[in-house]
Amino acid sequence: MRPDNTTNHEVGLPISEVIKTASKKQEQRRWLLLSPALILLLLAASGPLLIVLVYSFLTPGDYSGVIWELSLDGWIQVIWQRDIFTGSIALSDAHLRILLRSIKLSFLTTILTLIMGFPTAYFIATRSKKRRSLWLFLITIPFWTNLLIRTFAIMEVVRNEGILNALLLALNVIDQPIQILYTDFAILAGMLYVFLPLMVLPIYSSMERFDFNLVEAGYDLYATRWRTMRRIILPIIRPGIVAGSILVFVPSLGAYVTPRILGGGKSMMLGNLIELQFGQGNNWPLGASLSFFLLALTMIFLLLYVRLTSKSAKSHV
Amino acid sequence: MKQQRSEIAIRIEDITKIYGEGRGKVIALQDVSIDIPENEFFTLLGPSGCGKTTLLRLIAGFEHPTKGKIHLYGKDITAYPPYKRKVNTVFQNYALFPHMTVAENIAFGLEMLGKPKKETDETVNEMLTLVKMEDLKNRQISQISGGQQQRVALARALAPKPRVLLLDEPLSALDQKLRKEMQIELKRLQSETGITFVFVTHDQEEALTMSNRIAVLNSGKVLQIGTPREIYKQPSERFVADFIGETNFLKAEILGCANGVASLTLPSGKTVETNVQKGFSPEGTVNIVIRPEHATVVEDPAESLLQGRLINAVYFGTDMRYHIELESGETFTVRIQNNPDDKTSTQFLGTEVCIGLHKNAVQILKD
Ligand SMILES: Nc1ncnc2c1ncn2[C@@H]1O[C@H](COP(=O)(O)OP(=O)(O)O)[C@@H](O)[C@H]1O
Ligand SMILES: [Mg+2]
Repeated sequence: MRPDNTTNHEVGLPISEVIKTASKKQEQRRWLLLSPALILLLLAASGPLLIVLVYSFLTPGDYSGVIWELSLDGWIQVIWQRDIFTGSIALSDAHLRILLRSIKLSFLTTILTLIMGFPTAYFIATRSKKRRSLWLFLITIPFWTNLLIRTFAIMEVVRNEGILNALLLALNVIDQPIQILYTDFAILAGMLYVFLPLMVLPIYSSMERFDFNLVEAGYDLYATRWRTMRRIILPIIRPGIVAGSILVFVPSLGAYVTPRILGGGKSMMLGNLIELQFGQGNNWPLGASLSFFLLALTMIFLLLYVRLTSKSAKSHV
Repeated sequence: MKQQRSEIAIRIEDITKIYGEGRGKVIALQDVSIDIPENEFFTLLGPSGCGKTTLLRLIAGFEHPTKGKIHLYGKDITAYPPYKRKVNTVFQNYALFPHMTVAENIAFGLEMLGKPKKETDETVNEMLTLVKMEDLKNRQISQISGGQQQRVALARALAPKPRVLLLDEPLSALDQKLRKEMQIELKRLQSETGITFVFVTHDQEEALTMSNRIAVLNSGKVLQIGTPREIYKQPSERFVADFIGETNFLKAEILGCANGVASLTLPSGKTVETNVQKGFSPEGTVNIVIRPEHATVVEDPAESLLQGRLINAVYFGTDMRYHIELESGETFTVRIQNNPDDKTSTQFLGTEVCIGLHKNAVQILKD
């Protein structure tokens, strides 16, 4: 090779072209690295999703499965119901209630985990290095036990003959056991417990990188505690809050195990409704439509949320 | 030197600061009292860990003293939170807000003080001009260099027109050349704004060249407060003499002391007289210091005050340093300015030389 840095005479290409080809090769190599994950995603997510989409437009089979006959009933039944006798269509109270409960409980879970998780993350991030790893370790301990077992444990605590009621009775706070199990409150408590670490960890990780000198700089420049929080801490750790909220909201909207055990058949969420259609309800097209409905709902909320948070960040600065 | 009586901007009154409790406790400052007059460039000088940052943080309000009081223009501010003190800090790592532009950083303090938008904009522009950063006002902090960040930090702290500006080793992260530039820049800013500067450094040269007055600290105690000249020429303690510049330590016998003049016997047996500070009457055996440039090599044995054998001569460009082993065994350094005709002096190595001293070269230490 000649030491010429403008033109590559051997191939007769200007250097910029040579660089372009080189970077194209690099690009190809990058795609190659990505391919295992891509293939897995295609096979494990897109494939089944496609099947579910197809099923949502079919007719329920007599005992289970589907008959290959096009029908929009699955989609209609998401929020409407057909009167068995007259055949007229009306909004389905039961489904709407479940839908609203799902949205309400997911919102509450997200907001409450944020309210509890933020100070927790702040507390951990302001400890010494050694202490921090200890606290993080404690936060992750619940993950070591199966979700089912943990949820049954909560059930033990809140059920009518459970520890909580026994304690309240013994202390004469109440004279009748209160019904906690199979209420929205029980589901909320269970979800808070399950999702709190998912809120704490991303917030912690953005706080850990946060330079606490900036807080002092804020105080120094006449910002009160509250304004320092709003103008300096919050905007900088916003990515952690957004990540935590998504990590909590999305799975809460589709929560299944917690409402199944703590809500029983009385307090259902979307996830349970879907399961019902594939099981006892024997209405696979409705189950499939509900699944897609849930997916769409999640996407809409995510888009709204991202739009909202990025806008508010701009107006602050 | 200042003649008119100026108001005291910061009064540090008998401050003690202890971190932690029990066995792990650290006494960061002990019975520190300092008065800093208005419009002064005041420097806290001392080795790392002597308590400089702690003192600055106490003035800013980030720490609370274990004992003692802090006054700002006569008002006791000891219990005030930082955001209620009209002092601003230039942090060692700058602590600029990464999610704001240069101009937004500078405007922050003014906004928090509730200044109207128009006034804020004007002050921001004024500050940008002052630190010569007009062209970069809309840059993000990550898009400017370290030296420029330093300027923004200064502008941000000066913008709210604080009564006192606190600077914690602001130049330590800069390279040598930039550092010299910023030293001049800081001096200019101080005289242009008239704001009292409390400047922290562990660099004695920086302290000597920039300050109106210096407080030398060690292990949480103030050892000496004075002008750069006083600190350099009349160090009161061994630590100060040693920390600032090069120096020779010797022992001497006091013969007598009257009217601010002490006469003493040097290790060579010769007698000299020297000025002593008011109210200080040394007696018995004392420690003395002699700066290398306050001594000289003389030919005439009659003028000789100390004798020894030349063991080393080092060429330093601007001057020569002669290391002389005294009869008493100590090594004594003499520093002589070079002139255009200087020649190598190595042929004198090993020979006996006589050392003369300038008037008042001998300084008697208090410890
Ligand atoms: N937050 C703190 N907790 C405990 N000890 C501290 C703290 N800050 C400083 N110290 C100790 O106080 C002493 C003085 O520290 P500092 O004021 O930072 O010194 P300097 O700025 O002169 O280097 C040091 O011994 C330091 O270890
Ligand atoms: Mg320090």
